[in-house]
Order: sequence, then structure tokens, then C-alpha cells
Amino acid sequence: MNTKADSSESRPEPSRRDILYVATGAAAAVAVGGVVWPLIAQMNPDASTRALASTEVDLAAVPAGQIITVKWRGKPVFVRHRTADEIKAAEGVDLKELPDPQPDNARVKKPEWLVVVGVCTHLGCIPTGKEGEFNGWFCPCHGSTYDVSGRIRSGPAPSNLEVPDYAFLTDTKIKIG
Amino acid sequence: MSGQSQYTPKSDFAKWLERRLPILGFVYDSFVAYPTPKNLNYMWTFGAILSFMLVAQIVTGIVLAMHYTPETTLAFDSVEKIMRDVNWGWVLRYAHANGASMFFLAVYIHISRGLYYGSYKEPREVLWILGVFIFMIMMATGFLGYVLPWGQMSFWAATVITNLFSALPVVGPSITTWLLGDYAVGNATLNRFFALHYLLPFIIVAVVALHVWALHVTGQNNPAGVEVKNVEKETVPFTPYATMKDGFAIGVFLVLYAWMVFFVPNYLGHPDNYIEANPLVTPPHIVPEWYFLPFYAILRAIPSKLLGVIALFASILILAALPWLDTSKVKSGSYRPQFRKAYWVFIAACVGLGYLGSQPAEGVFLWCARILTFYYFFHFLFILPWLSRNEKTEPEPESIEAAVNGRGVSHA
Repeated sequence: MNTKADSSESRPEPSRRDILYVATGAAAAVAVGGVVWPLIAQMNPDASTRALASTEVDLAAVPAGQIITVKWRGKPVFVRHRTADEIKAAEGVDLKELPDPQPDNARVKKPEWLVVVGVCTHLGCIPTGKEGEFNGWFCPCHGSTYDVSGRIRSGPAPSNLEVPDYAFLTDTKIKIG
Repeated sequence: MSGQSQYTPKSDFAKWLERRLPILGFVYDSFVAYPTPKNLNYMWTFGAILSFMLVAQIVTGIVLAMHYTPETTLAFDSVEKIMRDVNWGWVLRYAHANGASMFFLAVYIHISRGLYYGSYKEPREVLWILGVFIFMIMMATGFLGYVLPWGQMSFWAATVITNLFSALPVVGPSITTWLLGDYAVGNATLNRFFALHYLLPFIIVAVVALHVWALHVTGQNNPAGVEVKNVEKETVPFTPYATMKDGFAIGVFLVLYAWMVFFVPNYLGHPDNYIEANPLVTPPHIVPEWYFLPFYAILRAIPSKLLGVIALFASILILAALPWLDTSKVKSGSYRPQFRKAYWVFIAACVGLGYLGSQPAEGVFLWCARILTFYYFFHFLFILPWLSRNEKTEPEPESIEAAVNGRGVSHA
């Protein structure tokens, strides 16, 4: 049995050849990485797809109580003009009841206008409006229900409907994305 | 199997070729002289049926690809053009679409045969695992192909299945975007699905070659579950015995296939898929093709997104672990009375899951799906290991010869 000191002493100094092996291997790894990168990255959305990333919506034509659907990044976005009752219902919920607790005022910029991505957070189906127990949305695929703040209330979806980045350009116009 | 070839080239050309590339000898040893146990029943013809279906799908698929356009604004119409205008297009497309169903029907029988007769046991573990790989690639191919007609079911199937990956923590959403090539299913998605749908069958061909290679190294299992001891007495040559029997079985299978294609070509399809894809409207009932239903039921049974996805993949991958879960030395279910009962209960559970997968995920259906999902894993993780240790098996026959003779005696 060699001791640790013995074995390190008996190990020969790295030779020129060893250094060449490591350097060649490292260069080959970098080269392979460089070749593989475009092959993988080509599958991501390209710049022309990403450039379509914002949409403007005119709110003047949406009466209270109506939900409109606009297309943003190929996905539907729900813009809901909430009535006073709906706002009250959304604000009055005890956060302890929610699977993904979030107060209503953290999900809207103006209480009358709810803007959410209309894609169920379970597996991507499109929920139907003003249906389900909480009168928000109901997903026909696997039965998730959302409330009038787009928050998940029951079913397999793990989280609330996503609130996209948006800004009020004027009182009646928003820009999504 | 291995060793010296039994092939003797006769013509001068065959001798010339054999010295340079011994392909004639290879084919002769693999498909003519290859010894098959003489007690194989008709359950052993499904390997040949599956090979036939793979070729049928590739041939019909290649000709359909000559008329199909993988572009979102044209795809649906190009499929309708195949149905209405292309010469014989309707029969080619119906043969391909129903061919997928027949392919899965055959593979489920083939897998069930292996489960009953213990074909996954030593020394056939690698053969079995290669089979599980083939099954998974088949599922991927079937799913990708279903998206191509670009109907409502195509679109929403693509959305739901790619969103399975979004369940992964942290990297999930980026992986989904990467798979789709967009923020939602779109043209980039359709185009790559077409490319992959064309590629994967050839990967299947390659893995099937490994599967058959492994089969020819270990030899076939058989209904008695005991290995061949005397090649002379207990086996018959592949040709003519297996080739004729396989040919007959393919013929019978073709009767069913042809009946599907010519009489009920849309029975297994969904009417919604004759509506062009609409990214803004989800159909009220999304149901996958019948061959995915049991797995779909497992996905929906679990009330957590990530765990549901894990259970879905685990329900398939657990098959690969089977040689180490069922360690009973007796291979064939014919000599395992308790295993036999458990086997049929398991098959019934799978069929039950299939039914539940087609029903809405609510109320009593959901609870039944949960019970059967639990049972599915309970069978693999508890019943099989428990039986391996505690089952009192019946005596195995000493040899295939004894099994065949014994059967004759008991009937006399």
C-alpha cells in the first residue's frame, strides 16, 4: 500500500504530450459547442417573431361588463371592463382562500380594467369568460376555474392567469408588451 | 444466432459476394434457418405484424408528404386537397391515419404478450428496454403526425402536450418556447413537427434493428417460459414455419385494417379535426387519440400540474424497470396462478383508464381515474415485487418438449 505522499511522488511530471492532449480536448469541446449552438438556437423564436411583441388596444368601445379578446404574441389576451359589483367581488376575497394568493389591486392598473393573458396556466387551453363558479373564467379542457381577477380558484391549474406587461397610453388606450 | 453461418452459397455469384459481404448468409441465418421454439402461439406473430405496419406507415407517409404543405395557412387545405383531388389520395390518407391506430393496437397486444409470458426477464432485459424505447418514439411520432392536418384537435393537442414541459420548475417556460419556436403554437411549430414526424420513423427502424438483433442473440421466449435445451427437437426453422404463420396472421390483421380504412375510416377520429385550427377558440372537449387515453387519464387524475406530468412519464418509463420489479424465476404466467389474476386485473385497470381518459375529468370519473392510477403504480411497485417473493408457483415443465407433450397428454 502506498501512502498518499508516496503516490504523489511516484506520479510523473505532466509531459508536453499530456498538455497537448488537454489543450486539444479543450479546443475540440469549444468547437463542438460552437457547432451545436446554432443547431439548438435555431429553434427559438427569431427576431421577426419577437418584434411582434406589442399590441395597442382601444378601450373606448368596450362597455362595462364586456370582455374582449385581442391577439398578442399569437396568444389571446382578455381585456375585461369590470362592473362595480365585479370589482367589489374581486377585492373582497379573503386571500387565505386562494391557491395562488394575490390581492386584486396587484393585478390591475385601474380597477375597472382587468388585462390578463387568456391562456390557462395548466396546459395552455383558452378559458371561456363569465363561466364557472366564480363568474370569471372556466377552462373546458381540465376544469380549472378563475375569478373576476383571473385568479385560480379550483382545478389543476397551478397559478393565476398571467398579467402581461402593459401601460395606459391615454385613458382609453393601452399598449400590451 | 452466433457462430458459423449455416448458409452454403450455391451460385458462383453468391460465392463471390459472400466472400466480400456475407449479407446472404446473414439473411439466411436470421430469417430462414433461424430456430424458433415450436410451441409459439399466435401472440408471437405480432412482431411480424408490427414490422409490416412500420413499412406500411413509412410508404403511405412518404407519398402523403409529396402532397402535404407544412405551413399554417395551407396545411389544412392541402390535406383536404389530398382527400378530394389527389389521385387515390383519400385511400392513402385513410390508410395512414388508421394505420397509426392499427400500429398501436398491435403494439399493445405485443407488449401485453411480453407482460404475460415474462418476456422481459433474464436474459431479455435489453431486448425489452429497446422495445420500451420504440414504444416511446412511436408515441412521439403519432402525436407529431396528429398535429399536421392542422385541425382544431391538432392545434390544441400540440398546445396541451408542449405545455407539459412548462410544468418543469424554472426552465419549463423557456423550454416550451424553444420547442414551439414561438410564444404559442404557430408556423414554426408546424414546420418542425413535420420535419420530426418524417425523421422519427427511421429512428424507429434503427431501434427495431437493435431489437431484432437482441432477440436473435437471446432467442425467442415461448409460452412455456423455459429456454430451448435441444435445438433439434424443440425448434423449427423460421422459414417456412414462422414465415407462413406470420404471413397468415398479417393477412387476418389486414382484414381488420382494410375494414377500418374502407368502412369506418373516421370512427376513431374526432369531428373537430375537420375544423381548421383556431388559436383563439379551444374546443369544449379535448380528447387525445384512443391510444393515448390511459396516459391522459393518469395526467388528469393528479391534482398538481408538475406531479401529473411526472406520473404521465413515469407510467411509461416504469415498464423499463420491469425486469427488476418482477424477479420471479418463473417466466410464463401459465405457471403463476396469482400473477395471472393480477395480470388480468392490471389489463382491466388499463382499459378502465382508457375509458376514463375519454370522459370529462370531473366527479365520479375523476375519482375512478385516481383509484386506477394508484392501482397502476401499485401493480408495478408492490404487487409484482411481492408476488416475486411470496407466490407459490406451479411446477414449470422441464423443457419445451415436455410442455408440448404434457399438453397432448392432458387433452387425451
